[in-house]
Amino acid sequence: MALDGDLTRNTAADLAAAIKTGDVSATEVAQAHLERIAKVDEKVNAFLHVDTEGALAKAAEVDAKRARGEQLGPLAGVPLALKDVFTMKGVPTTCGSKILEGWRPPYDATVTGRLRAADVVILGKTNMDEFAMGSSTENSAYGPTRNPWDLTRIPGGSGGGSSASLAAFEAPLAIGTDTGGSIRQPAAVTGTVGVKPTYGGVSRYGLVAFSSSLDQGGPCARTVLDAALLHAAIAGHDPLDSTSIDQPVPDVVGAARRADVKGMKIGVVKQFDGDGYQDGVRTRFHESVDLLRELGATVVEVDCPSFDYALAAYYLIAPSECSSNLARFDAMRYGLRVGDDGVNGVEEVMALTREAGFGPEVKRRIMLGTYALSSGYYDAYYGSAQQVRTLIIRDFDRAFADVDVLVSPTTPTTAFKIGERADDPMAMYLADLCTIPTNLAGNAGMSVPVGLAPEDGLPVGLQIIAPAMADDRLYRVGGAVEAALAARWGHRLLSEVPSL
Amino acid sequence: MPAITREEVAHLARLSRLDLSDDELAHYAGQLDDILGSVARVSEAVQQLGQGQDIPPTSHALPLVNVTRPDVERPCLDPADVLSQAPAAQDQRFRVPRILGED
Repeated sequence: MALDGDLTRNTAADLAAAIKTGDVSATEVAQAHLERIAKVDEKVNAFLHVDTEGALAKAAEVDAKRARGEQLGPLAGVPLALKDVFTMKGVPTTCGSKILEGWRPPYDATVTGRLRAADVVILGKTNMDEFAMGSSTENSAYGPTRNPWDLTRIPGGSGGGSSASLAAFEAPLAIGTDTGGSIRQPAAVTGTVGVKPTYGGVSRYGLVAFSSSLDQGGPCARTVLDAALLHAAIAGHDPLDSTSIDQPVPDVVGAARRADVKGMKIGVVKQFDGDGYQDGVRTRFHESVDLLRELGATVVEVDCPSFDYALAAYYLIAPSECSSNLARFDAMRYGLRVGDDGVNGVEEVMALTREAGFGPEVKRRIMLGTYALSSGYYDAYYGSAQQVRTLIIRDFDRAFADVDVLVSPTTPTTAFKIGERADDPMAMYLADLCTIPTNLAGNAGMSVPVGLAPEDGLPVGLQIIAPAMADDRLYRVGGAVEAALAARWGHRLLSEVPSL
Repeated sequence: MPAITREEVAHLARLSRLDLSDDELAHYAGQLDDILGSVARVSEAVQQLGQGQDIPPTSHALPLVNVTRPDVERPCLDPADVLSQAPAAQDQRFRVPRILGED
């Protein structure tokens, strides 16, 4: 395996293989990525914190293990960017919020612990919309992240730091979380791969909660196989998370290697097309559907009428859960405290702290959720939204009785300009139109790049949705599309990213 | 149904423990009204798509049963680590503002 001389341009799979054979050391790989971050992150702002010392120490540990002849794992020595919503013992964790500025958690999230156990080199923590609420990373208290394809545009959100770090070649792997699309939508608009595993597939222990019935951590990468390797490293039952599924993890790595759709039946979601979808997104999406047919899949149209109401249900359910979850930021045990002057009582200190520590989108959603849950409004808002959730699950059940996976565009448009939707929450929310049903139903979804929109030259993503605990099907389909397109183009899409 | 007033936003802010400024109250009243006006479609969806049937609510996608851990002792977080992150600590405890004696 010949590595690209620029170490940051290689896949995680190739880097791991080269580290294992000793063609390159984990320390050299870590240094190359740290240098890249030092060179370009001023422009991109993907990282909130770079853990140079920790990364180099881990890399040295991997090199020492190899020198001792110990067996190395499939991702040993590979650098990774961790979304700043996962706790990492002793390393700042802000969730993109001022209320947690300077907080150094006293424990590791399960995902963080599994990455450490897999000898992955964690480079640092990535930028995000505050508490994962947003679709553009503009809601970070630490400034927006910029899309490496066009620095005036958003990298998606909430995990824009993770997606941008991949597209800027600052890291070959990243971790995201997806509550309404926060892994898949950033992947789509940066030409990268992102997977929301089945709800309960990856532990939420140490993932700072936004909407607990929807939040799901997952892998972000530049290739489908790399995403699968990372998925396998972090997934699986965790007794510390009571919603963790106690079943074997689907063979995602095998499926990514198989990368074959022959004999599969694929449903095109009728609701996710037409008005409101950018022409270039539709063009690339329809080409992808044709490609799947050419590759041997049967394609049918699937009607899911409840999906038209998924966005509305989501913007009641997620804020309701968030208004409850974020009550923990009470200025007593960790984080910011404002107005503790010896005169103010505890409730005044809480209100002053939360006013100073939370940004506008977080305040908006806390109040929205508080409203939707109040007596008198509960049945009409939260209650109806929960019923729509049932209807969405029924539509998925009906669809998956007939087809193996569903496909749609990941997002209605390509990356929009920074600032363009900042004052219009409803316009911003539309970015997650196609990704939300999967969160409400708890099944699995992937975004894989399928080209650039002709009118703006920006990446377009294909969304693949599989039933719960059939995550392997995402990798079969995503891997097949990726391989066929790479053969057609003669290169990977990301090789077209402008140099920074 | 909405047409949310400034007074209602002030009430929500109190319930949410947010000390909003006057400008924010006016700003959020308009925005919350827009959002609620849009998401109110969920009632319509239940009527149209439910076809008169009783649709049970879903609070969670997993069929959850009670999940418990074995009742055995295990180490907890180190108190010094935890208190080092507190806004204020005293005598190995969190120091909090006045809780009693409010009017």
